[in-house]
Amino acid sequence: MAYADDVENEELHEPTGFIWKYVWSQDHKVIAIQYSTTAILVGLVALVLSGMMRMQIGFPGSIDMDATAYYQAMTMHGMIMVIYLLTAIFLGGFGNYLIPLMVGARDMVFPFVNMLSYWFYLVSVLVLLASFFVPGGPTGAGWTLYPPQAITAGTPGSEWGIILMLVSLIIFIIAATMGGLNYVTTVLQARTHGMTMFRMPLTVWGIFVATILALLAFPALFVSGVMMLLDQTIGTSFFMPDMMQFGSQLDYSGGSPILFQHLFWFFGHPEVYIVALPAFGLVSDLISIHARRSIFGYRMMVWAIVSIGVLSFVVWAHHMYVSGMNPYFGFFFATTTLVIAVPTALKVYNWLLTLWRGNIHLTVPMLFSLAFIVTFLVGGLTGLFLGNVVVDIPLSDTYFVVAHFHMVMGVAPILVVFGSIYHWYPKITGRMLHDGIGKLHFWITFLGTYLIYFPMHYLGFLGMPRRYYAYEDYPFIPESAQSLNAFITVVAIVVGISQLLFLFNLAYSYFKGAPSGGNPWRATSLEWLTPETPPKHGNWGSSLPVVHRWAYDYGVPGAELDYVPQTTSAEEVPVHESDHDE
Amino acid sequence: MDNTTQPTTRGMTGLIEDWVSDKDAFKNVSWGKTMMWIFLLSDTFIFSCFLVGYMSVRMTTDVPWPNASEVFALTIAGEHIPLILIAIMTFVLITSSGTMAMAVNCGYRRQRKQAAVLMLVTAVFGVCFVGMQAFEWTKLIEEGVRPWGNPMGAPQFGAAFFMITGFHGFHVSIGVIYLTVVALKVLRGDYEERGYEIVEITGLYWHFVDLVWVFIFAFFYLW
Repeated sequence: MAYADDVENEELHEPTGFIWKYVWSQDHKVIAIQYSTTAILVGLVALVLSGMMRMQIGFPGSIDMDATAYYQAMTMHGMIMVIYLLTAIFLGGFGNYLIPLMVGARDMVFPFVNMLSYWFYLVSVLVLLASFFVPGGPTGAGWTLYPPQAITAGTPGSEWGIILMLVSLIIFIIAATMGGLNYVTTVLQARTHGMTMFRMPLTVWGIFVATILALLAFPALFVSGVMMLLDQTIGTSFFMPDMMQFGSQLDYSGGSPILFQHLFWFFGHPEVYIVALPAFGLVSDLISIHARRSIFGYRMMVWAIVSIGVLSFVVWAHHMYVSGMNPYFGFFFATTTLVIAVPTALKVYNWLLTLWRGNIHLTVPMLFSLAFIVTFLVGGLTGLFLGNVVVDIPLSDTYFVVAHFHMVMGVAPILVVFGSIYHWYPKITGRMLHDGIGKLHFWITFLGTYLIYFPMHYLGFLGMPRRYYAYEDYPFIPESAQSLNAFITVVAIVVGISQLLFLFNLAYSYFKGAPSGGNPWRATSLEWLTPETPPKHGNWGSSLPVVHRWAYDYGVPGAELDYVPQTTSAEEVPVHESDHDE
Repeated sequence: MDNTTQPTTRGMTGLIEDWVSDKDAFKNVSWGKTMMWIFLLSDTFIFSCFLVGYMSVRMTTDVPWPNASEVFALTIAGEHIPLILIAIMTFVLITSSGTMAMAVNCGYRRQRKQAAVLMLVTAVFGVCFVGMQAFEWTKLIEEGVRPWGNPMGAPQFGAAFFMITGFHGFHVSIGVIYLTVVALKVLRGDYEERGYEIVEITGLYWHFVDLVWVFIFAFFYLW
């Protein structure tokens, strides 16, 4: 068993041969790329599904899609985006790549388990995609999979689709647990000399706390998945009450559908922060580096991440105001929900204060970061509406909700994913992504997503319900809503197709991109200080780096450059601890 | 401002400074042990969710809940004894925790053979436990208890029983395999160089499985 002190004495087993290096690899960097590639590919499936849905809503009947296919597309789009794309790419992708490099470790603590994590993830994705090919197709129960409708006849995919969905989720949870144990243990126990936790970049803090949330929240999804699987396959009645269907009594009796909602949202709400906290961390680093300014209020940023993580476990029932609950519970959950706004707002202010008087470089990662702040702010403010019981009830299940969560946990994190890929791609490949294509991709994506989701707030106020297959011939929906729907669809298709620019950029720059050197952004954190770029197996050559300062020494008075790498000792450039201690 | 081992601050601030200090948060705790503890924390949430789910359906079902001490009674030599099998199972499992603790002790004393034998004894107790559980399942199935219904009352009784004891029995079975593998490696001398902390890590898992059983016993059988 290795202790942190023995790391230097550990033998490094350099893998040989293509298979061991790139397929059955135990290297955290290769696993990260496998995770990210798989996540992006499955995310493209979800993107195409959303394009099909938008065609049906904007131009009804324009494509061959019946109501069943619409609900299946909607369910798969939601589940893939939340779990198989965002969770996987933030924890499995960025977590795997950046944690060992940023804390100065040679690899994750248990590389073999880490490798298994990826392969379980891949199996879960394959099981999920297999549901497109079973009789009845994938489940169309909505991504929340509420019983009883998820497993009763009449819902698309209630026979096979739902089984594959639940099995896939259970496999995903096993994968996330194996990876998550590695990430947490690596951050806690395998940091290099001098790397105290309060010297870690905020990226590591964000992913670290998000992983803890994942380890404690996924169990609820696991349990609800097992219970629903038993209800569906062998006829237990955990979630199924006495019910009549087509004039006959079903065999179920006495179960509790609300229990599923509680379990699901006990997972589901932390899940929002499993996606958001890594985004907070990554964007803090991007803003600081590209504004050449030390992060404002580092410790407060850390405490905000930690307190958001803790609070996220006591707000889940705000997703269930319309399920019916004791008004005192509603009051409690509304209060905790609004309390979360405090640390979140603190983070937004700190990002702005980091930019204040910064030397802002409008690079592509910076553009995405600024777009993140703007998008996240709007999404967060509408969260205040939905967190209040009395305001939520009329808005519930309208497009206002769709607009809210797409902005806050769909678009905002995805903007950070893009920004981070533009930022770390040079480290991964040794080449810069093409700047012009990047900027074009940015403007289309940012303005496009704003044009898609901002109008949806108005549709929500008009009372347009979400999850409908078609919106024609409802007297309460005005005609004008349809023209707005058509507009949104056109923009959505343009944004969807423009993502090809990004994929093209990834491929093109891999071969033709300008060589980046080891530290193109002049950043201080350890991953930019590796002996080779891209880093070799073991990351650090013969000896581990020694850390002398925090990761945000930008614009240091008296320093030769405008930044001081974390490995520079206090003798060479004095450490201004007062800058980052309270 | 390099890191000193002298405590410079006290109270909450000092606690936090210790936690975030250089290199590792838990001093002299190996990676494997840290990881096992975190895994067990995560697993605690799984079992908690199972138990909360069971309590919840027990409240929602509209059919009376079967009387556990009657359902789990055995007639031995003409005597009708409630919960006797469960009592024996609990006793066996708790005894196995004792032998496990002795194995950990022997491991750290580098008494390789004793440690391995005690681990194997622990595994045998585990097998006994799973065997008795299989007997209990068989008996209930013969009496007509099924996951989807039973003659004594609420259908959720069978569902929760098979699911929770099944998931726990699965943990015990995994533990038996884990114990056996580690015990054989201990016996072979694989850990002579690295030391016998692995015995303690295995023990952590085993004690956890025992502790979970205590909660299942209290909430399912005694309530």
